[in-house]
Formats: sequence, C-alpha cells, structure tokens
Amino acid sequence: MTDKMHIKLKVNGEDKEFLAEPRELLIYALREKLDITGPHVGCDTSHCGACTVTLNGKSVKSCTMFVAQANGAEITTIEGIGEPDALHVLQECFREHHGLQCGFCTPGMITRATKLLEENPNPTEEEVRFGMAGNICRCTGYQNIVKSILAAASEINTAKEAAQ
Amino acid sequence: MNDMTPDREERSANLKGMGCSRKRVEDARFTQGKGNYVDDIKLPGMLHGDFVRSPYAHAKVVSINKDAAMALPGVVAVLTAEDLAPLNLHWMPTLAGDKQMVLADGKVLFQGQEVAFVVASDRYVAADAVELVEVEYEELPVLTDPFEALKSDVVLREDLAGQTEGAHGPRKHHNHIFTWEQGDETGTNQVLDNAEVVAEETMYYHRTHPCPLETCGSVASMDKVNGKLTLWGTFQAPHVVRTVASLLSGIEEHNIRVVSPDIGGGFGNKVGVYPGYVCSIVASIVTGKPVKWVEDRMENLMSTAFARDYWMTGKIAATKDGKITGLHCHVTADHGGFDACADPTKFPAGFMNICTGSYDIPVAYLAVDGVYTNKAPGGVSYRCSFRVTEAVYFIERMIEVLAIELDMDAAELRRINFIKKEQFPYTAALGWEYDSGDYHTAWDKALKTVDYDGLRKEQAERVEAFKRGETRKLMGVGLSFFTEIVGAGPVKNCDILGMGMFDSCEIRIHPTGSAIARLGTISQGQGHATTFAQILASEIGISADSITIEEGDTDTAPYGLGTYGSRSTPVAGAATAMAGRKIRAKAQMIAAYLLEVHDDDVEFDIDRFVVKGAPEKFKTMKEIAYAAYNQAIPGIEPGLEAVSYYDPPNMTYPFGAYVCVMDIDVDTGVPEIRRFYALDDCGTRINPMIIEGQVHGGLTEALAVALGQEIAYDKLGNVKTGTLMDFFLPTAWEVPNYETDYTVTPSPHHPIGAKGVGESPHVGGVPCFSNAVQDAFRAFGLRHTNMPHDHWRIWQAANQLGLHD
Repeated sequence: MTDKMHIKLKVNGEDKEFLAEPRELLIYALREKLDITGPHVGCDTSHCGACTVTLNGKSVKSCTMFVAQANGAEITTIEGIGEPDALHVLQECFREHHGLQCGFCTPGMITRATKLLEENPNPTEEEVRFGMAGNICRCTGYQNIVKSILAAASEINTAKEAAQ
Repeated sequence: MNDMTPDREERSANLKGMGCSRKRVEDARFTQGKGNYVDDIKLPGMLHGDFVRSPYAHAKVVSINKDAAMALPGVVAVLTAEDLAPLNLHWMPTLAGDKQMVLADGKVLFQGQEVAFVVASDRYVAADAVELVEVEYEELPVLTDPFEALKSDVVLREDLAGQTEGAHGPRKHHNHIFTWEQGDETGTNQVLDNAEVVAEETMYYHRTHPCPLETCGSVASMDKVNGKLTLWGTFQAPHVVRTVASLLSGIEEHNIRVVSPDIGGGFGNKVGVYPGYVCSIVASIVTGKPVKWVEDRMENLMSTAFARDYWMTGKIAATKDGKITGLHCHVTADHGGFDACADPTKFPAGFMNICTGSYDIPVAYLAVDGVYTNKAPGGVSYRCSFRVTEAVYFIERMIEVLAIELDMDAAELRRINFIKKEQFPYTAALGWEYDSGDYHTAWDKALKTVDYDGLRKEQAERVEAFKRGETRKLMGVGLSFFTEIVGAGPVKNCDILGMGMFDSCEIRIHPTGSAIARLGTISQGQGHATTFAQILASEIGISADSITIEEGDTDTAPYGLGTYGSRSTPVAGAATAMAGRKIRAKAQMIAAYLLEVHDDDVEFDIDRFVVKGAPEKFKTMKEIAYAAYNQAIPGIEPGLEAVSYYDPPNMTYPFGAYVCVMDIDVDTGVPEIRRFYALDDCGTRINPMIIEGQVHGGLTEALAVALGQEIAYDKLGNVKTGTLMDFFLPTAWEVPNYETDYTVTPSPHHPIGAKGVGESPHVGGVPCFSNAVQDAFRAFGLRHTNMPHDHWRIWQAANQLGLHD
C-alpha cells in the first residue's frame, strides 16, 4: 500500500476533499467514498460505458481512470443532471420513448448523451449511433435509446429557437 | 344521485389498464441514477470478499498457504474448503441434482474455479490478499471436447467414482452424466428407413453467456443478536434462494430474509446459486459483519452461468413434395465440470423436446447425453425458456437443410407443414400440448409485409450479378418461425429443488382506494411494476397509477418461484388476475349491500359496480374500498385483501414469424442487416410499448449470439473470451432498427389470455440471423455452417465455397 493522496474534486457542483491511494479508480472513489452510486461498473475495461461521467467537459469512463489522475477536476455524474422536479430533457425523453429497461446502463447513457448533444446539437441517427457506441445496453437493442436522444435533441433545439 | 361524468371511455383510459402503452413507473429512479443495485448497498462495518481462482482447467490442489495473505493489514479471513467442510458447506447441491464445490476440494475442474475466499476491509485489500494466497497445483490432463471426454480414461469427477446411476438415470462412462430420451425411437427409425427423402445435419450451438450488464453479487449480514440473516443479491428467484440458504446453513427459514434489490439485467445469469453467495453468507456468520461479494466481468464470463454448448445431430424425413414424416434428434450436451443446469428437476435437457417446432410431425425421437468436461458449470436459459433456443435453432436449421435437399422454397416448406389452427390444442410427438396458435395467418402476414417473392427475385438477380462479377455482395433472406414453451409450469411436472413452479400475488386495497400488490417474481428490467399494475387496474377498477407493485423481499412478498423462462406473465400475471378477481368478488358483495340490492343484481363496469339496468346507481371501487374499512357490513369481514397462488394448468406457447434481409460482403465477411421484420404473437397484449422494447432487446441479444458472441476455450481449457474486448456485445453502431408486428391468439387457459414475450425474440431471432447468413450462400452450395457467424467465419465459409478464387 502506498501513501494516500489528498484529492480535491468538484463533483456535481460541490467541492469534495478526501484521501485516497493513487491507484484507486475514479469510479470507486465516486461510488464508495462519495456515495455517488449512479455511475456503475459493468466491465472494468472501458468497453461498456456504465461508469461514464463528464470530466472537465469530456465524456470519461471512470472505471479506467485513477482518482489521482482526476485530482482537481470538475466532474458531472447522472446525479448532477436534472432535479427530481425539473428533469433534464434527456431524462424525460428516455422515459417517454422507453429508452431503458433494467436501468443499469442508463446513468452512463444519459450522461454521455448530454455531452453528445453539446458536441453535436443536431445529430443524425447515424451520428447518434456512432456517438453512443461507447455505451453498451443489454436490454433495449438501442432503437429506443436512439429515438430518445433524437427526440431530446429536437426538443432542446425547439426550445432554443423559441427563446431566440 | 351520483355524478355520471366522466364517460366510460374516459374512465377506462384513466385506469391505464391492459392494452395501453403506459409509461414505466420504474424510470423515474433509473433515469436519475437512483436505482439501488446490490453493489450500491453499503452497510456499517461491511467487509469485502474476493476469490482466489484457479488458473488451470484441471488440476490437483496440493496445498494452500494463507499466511502471507492473513498477515496483510485489513485481511479478516481467508476461507478454503477445509474451513467450510466442518459446516458441510464445501460442496452445495445444484439445480440439476448434482453437487458443486463451493471452494476447491482437493482439485479444480475449470479455469476460474473458486479456490479460496478472502475477506478484507475493502476491495483493494481483498484484491491484494488474493495475490498473496499461495496455491500449489499439479496439472491434470484437460478435456474440453465432450466427445473426447466420453472416450477418455481421465476421470473428471472422482467424487462420483463407481456411481453408475446419476440423478437422471444410468451413467455410461465416468464422464457421462445422463441420457434423456423422449418420444418413439422405433417408430421414428422406421419412418426414416422408409422415407422418400431424409435430410441429415450436425450442428453445434456454441457456448455463450447471458452477460447482463450488472454482474452477480450479494451482501450477507448475519445479525448474531437476533439470529437473523439478511441476504441481498442478484437473485432471479429470491424465495428459492431463501429456502436453499436455510437448507444449507441450518438457519430456520423465518430467520432468513432474502432481498433482490434492483437487478441490472438477468437473462438467466442470475437463476443459479453461486459459490460467491454461499461464501458471503459463511463469511458474515464467521466474522459477524456484513460481507459483500460482487464478481468482476471476467469472473462473470469465466465462472457463472454459461448457456448452450449443444452438439445436435438431426435427421428429418419427408415425402418428395415436402410433407415432414418424422424427426430424429441427438444431442451431446457439454455441461462443464458440474451439472449445474438450471432446469426443472424432471427435465435434464430443459424443454429441448419442443424441437418439433411449429410443425405437424407425426413421430419424433430425442436423446440427450449430458457430459462432464473441464469447462465452467451453468447451462442456464439465456433469454429463453429452458433449452428452447437450442430446440428452435435445431428445427429451423433442419427445415432449411430439408428445403435444400428437396430443392424447395423454405417458406413454402414451412407453410405446408405448420400445425393448422383447427388442430389446437395440439399434442406434439414429443408430448407437449400446444395451447393455441394460428401459424398460417402469422406467416402469410409476415411474408406479405416484406414482399417475400420480391426479395427472392432480387436475391436471384444478385446471384447472377455476382457471377457476372458486377458485385461482391450476396444477399441472404433469413426466415424463422418459432413456437416457444414458457410459463413453467404446472406443479405436477415442474419443480425447482422440489418446489412446485406456481407463482403468487397478494393484494391489499387501502381505505382511500389505492393499493399495493406483492408478487413472487422479480423484475430485472421487464417493467413488472408497470405491467402488473395494468393487469390489476383492469381487474379491480383502480387506476394503475394508484397501485404499487412490490417484489423481491421474502419477508413481505408471497412465496414464488421467480422470474425466468418468460414465466412472470404466464404464472404470476395469472395469479395477479386471480387475486384481483377475489377482490372484485368481495367488492361486489359490499357494493350490493351499499346499493341495497342482491349481489347478483350488480355488475362490474370498468371502475365500479352498477345496478343492472340502472347504470346511474353505482358504487366506485374507491367508495367500496372505503366502506370495506369503515362500515360494519353484516356477514362480511372488514378489509379488502386477497392472495392467490396460481398453478397453471399448462404452459403457454407464444409464437412468431421473423424475416431478416442481409447483404454480405464476400471479401470481408461483414454482414449488413438491411431489414429485420418480427411478428410476435404473445396472446393478449398488456403493454405494447414494453412488448416492443422486449422484442428489440431480445433480437439484439440474438444478433449477438448468431453473429459473434461466444465463450471459447483453447485446448488447455483457457477461456479465450473473458472480457468485453473479446466477448461480443453489440453497440448502437452494429444494431439495425427493427420492424415489429403482431397477431393476437390468446392462451385459452390463462385468465387474461397472455402468453409471455420477453424471450420470444431471442428464440426466434437466433435462427433468423443465422439462416440469413447461410441463405446468402445457398446458391453456391452451402448447406450448413456453425455459428457464431463472425466476419472471419463468414469469410472462411465463402472461401471454402471457392468464392475468393
């Protein structure tokens, strides 16, 4: 065991400080030190995307990043997207279009989708499929996930146009 | 006088009952990251367990030295078989009548087998300690081929030495488990001997794995003060786990509470009882602290719950004009090191005897030989009823091979052999009584929708263009017509470890007219909290939005056999309807009393009881519920509750017609799915949105299995596909959009006519994808090639046909 490091993170807008071994993975720091259990561990090898968080503006698989590497970062997890009485459009659309079943991949899916729509606010179906290819779902066959994201994009764009 | 508004249509819509695409109540928590899965459970003082696993597929365990591991700060215990033996927990019974080592007892039989269980203060310390446990192995010859295993002098299971009788009859060899025979061997052979045409084929349905996104795990907490054990875990059958835990541990069943929290997909992986569950319990009893065990993905793929691994040889007899006259099937089933198949007790090969499929075949014979090898135990039903994907793949390939033999169109061959609508209920040659079906209507609808004749014309033109060198892409038209057998099952012939396979529902109506219902099943993504409330809403006239559905806590839910084999709707759904009808019967008496008429003079109308002939006189279910708790009614007990334990009279038999159109690049072996049409008949439809979602998901798991997913071993028994790098799970990029369709042929014996749907798309999908690949090469002489049809294997098939010359 090596000496613990003093880690500072800003998670979902809140400053967090704790000690962690440098080898500790970000996902376990989030889940077990900070009790942020929305991101899940599905594969340990960064294939499934259940652990996806947004780190300094980028989609990151937190199961293959050491918490030491994340030191000082600003992180958004599913817990930081929407409020119970004011859900994010993507959260609404996933429910509306049956974009989830067991729910295990959903936090990573929605977290990734929020970034995808920032990167490309008006994606084609093909672009959604490509942009979400780092997140595996075993239940839905993706058809309704794609539908949910396209519907959210359309809603966000309509709202933007209305605001202008 | 009561207010007559809203009208019937509006009242009916307000119920959100059967047939509406109600949005899921589960989604609020899942979309906000507030699901509660087993690995989210954190208890004060909780310890973490981790396994030392065997790197060898077959070896003697000479010694285990725990000293270095125990010396590591934070390590609380290292358990081995020696520690479990005094408790008689070093072995455990399997669902298949065999026994399995919990921790290696002198030897290991597959790579990844559990050798020692380390318990430590956190997961990192546990993982470090696993590395410090010194195990000395002595390698033994490895058997990964079941045919070789049946000839080999190498004994895999010394513990069974001299036992010529197994749980399912005589054993022919020390590595043989059972022979299971069904049907008429003599009659079938006579038909084959005298047939005008016989098509023969051998096919391997490769080993794969359900691989839900959440792996298996448990948290055990032994409260030594009160003598109570609580066990949270990824259990598709929590009540059975409680019974098994009681039998194994000796703790009385009332002192064990088993909870299945949210489950991140099951697909059969979470039916069995695994060494990790047992070790977490023992470790909690030993340490007096809660102990968590959650496997990682590699452990999941290597050690828990493989599926398939059937070598199937078929002979199908027919007349020259294509009428099938007999079917012969032999299976060599690779069960791995222990027979831990998850099947009802009397069915060692599950419902493989549904292998006559959707066809009126007069005589048939099936024999299955189970064999031990140096592979992981399991044999679960991966998104299907017990071994039904194997059966349907077998018959749907045999039909294609027969079509080739007869030089006939495979769609027409199916059509002339379908069981006719008027033949239902139909008793198949291998014994099952199919409840209902209308195969011709479904088939015709499917073929018409996809313009089948047009597809064949296009395909023929493509073959000509290919021959002329104008294209390097061939076109395949994949067909499948399947009949599932789900909803196990009648208690008279289906049990798990002696527990009859009924299911249950308990309903409590609250005074203000809302309700809670608890069931013996457990959702793993199927949306039970949404759909079972819809069944109840229609039955008892209370809006689905006012009904809570709860499952998975054995302290509160009625005993049930759990969720797998598409049994929740056929069995627990029926129990829900029946319990609802008990509520309604009592409500009728209360309504009659309140309306001052005879019981027979009121009738149920959507959400109320009305006086016959005087619809303006009524009592709503809300009013009735209130009266049940607040009014003394002569001759009627207060309260409004009901419970039903439902033993289904028969299985249900969903069916469907699928067509897949595929283009295959002959030079790269890459298949491109151009169209996939899926028509499902699951009887009465409860929630079309959820049905469609189940079909999309099942088809995608079928695509995976048919086109690349496998658990592969090398000669030394090393797992070659132990991570998601090698084990194929399709992403959004690889999956097409599916077209879904339906017909409705209700089950005549089910209270609401529903048949179950979750597994149909997988059962029908695998042969459809596979047939599409194989059909692309039919014009060039391909008869059969084994799955999975990954790019390399498709390229090889094309190469062997000389298409690269």
